[in-house]
Amino acid sequence: MSMSTGEIWTVIAGLAIGTFLIRFSFLGIVGNRPLPAWLLRLLRYTPVAVLPGLVAPLVLWPAATDGAADPARLLAALATLVIGLVVRNMLFAILGGAATLYTMLWLLG
Amino acid sequence: MSRSNPKSLVWLGARDAAPFLLVILPFALLFGVVATEAGLNLVEVMGMSVLVIAGAAQFAALQQMVGDAPVVMVLATALAVNLRMAMYSASLTPYLGAAPLWQRAIASYVMVDQSYMLSIAKYETDPEMTLSERLRYYFGTMILIGPMWYVASFVGAVVGKAIPPEFALDFAVPITFLAMIAPMLRTLAHVAAAATSVIVALLLAGLPFGAGLLIAAALAMAVGAGVEVAMERARP
Repeated sequence: MSMSTGEIWTVIAGLAIGTFLIRFSFLGIVGNRPLPAWLLRLLRYTPVAVLPGLVAPLVLWPAATDGAADPARLLAALATLVIGLVVRNMLFAILGGAATLYTMLWLLG
Repeated sequence: MSRSNPKSLVWLGARDAAPFLLVILPFALLFGVVATEAGLNLVEVMGMSVLVIAGAAQFAALQQMVGDAPVVMVLATALAVNLRMAMYSASLTPYLGAAPLWQRAIASYVMVDQSYMLSIAKYETDPEMTLSERLRYYFGTMILIGPMWYVASFVGAVVGKAIPPEFALDFAVPITFLAMIAPMLRTLAHVAAAATSVIVALLLAGLPFGAGLLIAAALAMAVGAGVEVAMERARP
């Protein structure tokens, strides 16, 4: 990371203020007014629209292997996703993914 | 429900939120570790965890910072992850909107997935609750997991440096995100949004400043909403 201390604190302050304003938006500013249905609909998909796109390049082109696809990491990602889909529990998915990663790194290493 | 002891609702909230420690503790610990590895010092790690308290957005910001995206793009990506909280804010307003401004400001600061989901469920099953009972329960949900978020971030930042590269911690962030995403894929619309996000982000990965991700996110939101509408129309 090549960010200066000033830039890092700009990110922290911006994220803190921005996040607070999002949380305070209706409770503190707009008040009790129904949201239009189309807006509610879009907001429902924000996490699922941002996080997968963020994670995909990290899975396919990991920085630790200089961007070369890595079988151990790919399998670990797949295991995490499948466990998460089946048991619907974030903690179990993380544990299963980590166990797969270490097993595969050890087997293939 | 007992209404004799006003403190009982705070403790009820704390007790209902306690199981989430199993998620909050490792998540915050990991944030401390990964942020330290990325080059943030202890004060910066704690600054982010205390001022922001939003795990997914903190990780998203970190990821964009490591990728050397400009400040504006880092903020846009991380704040996009938090946009769902506008929905939380709107849906809590009928229940907490009559509280004094300072209490609503504190309630906003501690508005996270857990405090929102527990409180809304409680308010809906127990519509007789008074405003002060609702506030006590709401703050009760965060009385334990809020401070533990700070403590675990701190511990992660302190021990982070001691973890050798053999542990492949670089992959902790993707695994955590995938574990967070998978349980969200409840409907066809969610799956379509996630797939759009992945495909467009990969196709546009060459764009500078993390711009590809923002375009992917905007398209994915539209696809999710579009599929939801289509599914509703298709229903008899």
